[in-house]
Amino acid sequence: MAETPLLEIRGLSKSFGPVQVLRDVDFQVYAGQVTALVGDNGAGKSTLVKCVGGIYSIDAGEYLYEGRPVSVHGPRDAAALGVEIVYQDLALCDNLDIVQNMFLGREIRRGLVLDDITMEQRAAETLASLSVRTVASVRQPVSSLSGGQRQTVAIAKAVLWNNRIVILDEPNAALGVAQTAQVLELVRRLADNGLAVVLISHNMNDVFAVADRIAALYLGQMAAQVRATDVTHSQVVELITTGRSGELGLRGQGATV
Amino acid sequence: MSVSMLDAQERSGEHPSSGLGAYTRDYLARVRGGNMGALPAVLGLLTLVVAFSVARPEFVTAGNLANLLHQGAAVTVIAMGLVFVLLLGEIDLSAGFASGVCASVLAVLLTNFGLPWYVAVLGAIATGAAIGLVIGLLVAKLGIPSFVVTLAAFLAFQGAVLLLMKGGTIVAVDDPTIKKINFDGRFTPLQGWVLYGVTIAGTLALHLWRRYSRVRHGLAADPRSVIALRVMTVAVLLGAAVWTLNLERSKNDAISQRGVPMVVAILGLLLWLCTFVLNRTAFGRHVYAVGGNREASRRAGIHVDAIRIAVFVICSTMAAVGGIVAASRDASVNPNTGGSNVLLYAVGAAVIGGTSLFGGKGRVLNAVLGGAVVAVIENGMGLMEFSPGTKYVVTGVVLLLAAGIDAVTRRRAAAAGLR
Repeated sequence: MAETPLLEIRGLSKSFGPVQVLRDVDFQVYAGQVTALVGDNGAGKSTLVKCVGGIYSIDAGEYLYEGRPVSVHGPRDAAALGVEIVYQDLALCDNLDIVQNMFLGREIRRGLVLDDITMEQRAAETLASLSVRTVASVRQPVSSLSGGQRQTVAIAKAVLWNNRIVILDEPNAALGVAQTAQVLELVRRLADNGLAVVLISHNMNDVFAVADRIAALYLGQMAAQVRATDVTHSQVVELITTGRSGELGLRGQGATV
Repeated sequence: MSVSMLDAQERSGEHPSSGLGAYTRDYLARVRGGNMGALPAVLGLLTLVVAFSVARPEFVTAGNLANLLHQGAAVTVIAMGLVFVLLLGEIDLSAGFASGVCASVLAVLLTNFGLPWYVAVLGAIATGAAIGLVIGLLVAKLGIPSFVVTLAAFLAFQGAVLLLMKGGTIVAVDDPTIKKINFDGRFTPLQGWVLYGVTIAGTLALHLWRRYSRVRHGLAADPRSVIALRVMTVAVLLGAAVWTLNLERSKNDAISQRGVPMVVAILGLLLWLCTFVLNRTAFGRHVYAVGGNREASRRAGIHVDAIRIAVFVICSTMAAVGGIVAASRDASVNPNTGGSNVLLYAVGAAVIGGTSLFGGKGRVLNAVLGGAVVAVIENGMGLMEFSPGTKYVVTGVVLLLAAGIDAVTRRRAAAAGLR
């Protein structure tokens, strides 16, 4: 890839006590592309994402934003760079409505009083810009929404604040077929709107449906980062399960498993 | 661009009011879905009022209505404060005796130290705030469950009242200003009607202004007919109350007793203030958020601990106000002020009014409705000369009923996807 990655991680290592979870990981994320992050359970996907999000400090490695090294020491630093993580368990308040959830913790105020009108308008605009047509009213409580609609709200919340990198942690884990399609469509649209999207997923169909690039982690190491069009299903599965596949993958290790 | 989204917006822009019919259907669907809000309390209140009026005609007299207000005021104020704590899914069992401690502070400062009333009131309210701060810190920072902290406080405060009262004497509260609050303070009939007019006009103006600004920005708003109906209902009910309270209720020709008790204005003001804080400020929004999903709130950058501490401060401060109201009503403070059933009545008032014990759901207005239910039961059964034993049993059953409705509606709501 000739263009500069929006976000680049170089040589990232992370240990929890004696356990080394990530070893010398390189990871690039490009604007306008969906980067799928795949790997078996325990491969280090969540740890990598939390390092990117500033939730974990990194032991070694470089964090480059638009090619410039930056230091990220906490979630606020990451948020300031425009990195937003949408977690698997969504983090929405059931008893609040869509607008209230989208602006939670960042309410627009006029003096002491909440400016509900502006918030409602901006929420509706954001949903419209994502072509969301699944929610009837932005004033309905989140508790009345389906799983797919909730995921949509969570993603829209991440977009609302002009974030440049949105990381989705298994957005389809608990969704049905139709809802999965909706969310994938939304993921694709985020990238088409110029955002850098990282999609963590276990589902190869989902990955190949939307991803431009695929990054496979294997036992804490980056096995390969490839274009989705350059690999097949079974190659990715091999990368996930053994760390290598033909020419691709890790050398001299991992393949013994 | 989404076609249907825009459609919905345009439609709502052109016809912001889809009419009374649609609104009613919407509301019924919500109720069936398990989101009953204050409905059980309102229905219960109506049933009780009708039943007691039939059984004891003197129930609907002006004298009894005034009596009811004086009786229920303290519990209602405490219940309003409890709503904040209950919204987080926490409980404050010490609110009753906290009001007793604050009332004792008031009485001691007034009577034993001879300080002016405003110093005593400030002292009582500061005591309440300090109590809340300590409870909040213990719950939020040390992580002791609020049930245990406030149970301990419940016992300790009971002792504190005895200590402040020097072993159980009654301290008289003779200050005329304090006594005005909930003893003999009344508005003249004219003042009553002026206050009534201001309240109704203010309510109407607020509703219309809110509707106007929503429609101007192309957002869906309540239909005019609904606003009219709502304001008219309030106008009729409050009007009837003001009219009744303006009747002469003194049985002695020498002393005139007419007019709206001043405590009504205090209740109204507190109701407005608490509702404003919960509905229109970021703090209130965060209280609901933390009650709904604490982890989500934390991730959204809300200082969850600060919110938890703040609600206990609010609750105990409101308890202090309740204590002052109670001291005013008795024109004295005794070791049982804020004790016995005050706390249970206050929790009962909040829960009967539809505030969920599971957190995240409830309104201050509901606490007032629930407080009215509790006061009506207490007052009506007293008139019917039931023994105190029966009164307690009935109040207990009503509380259980309310908590049962809460649990059942939660289940229904979960089934209907409305939580």
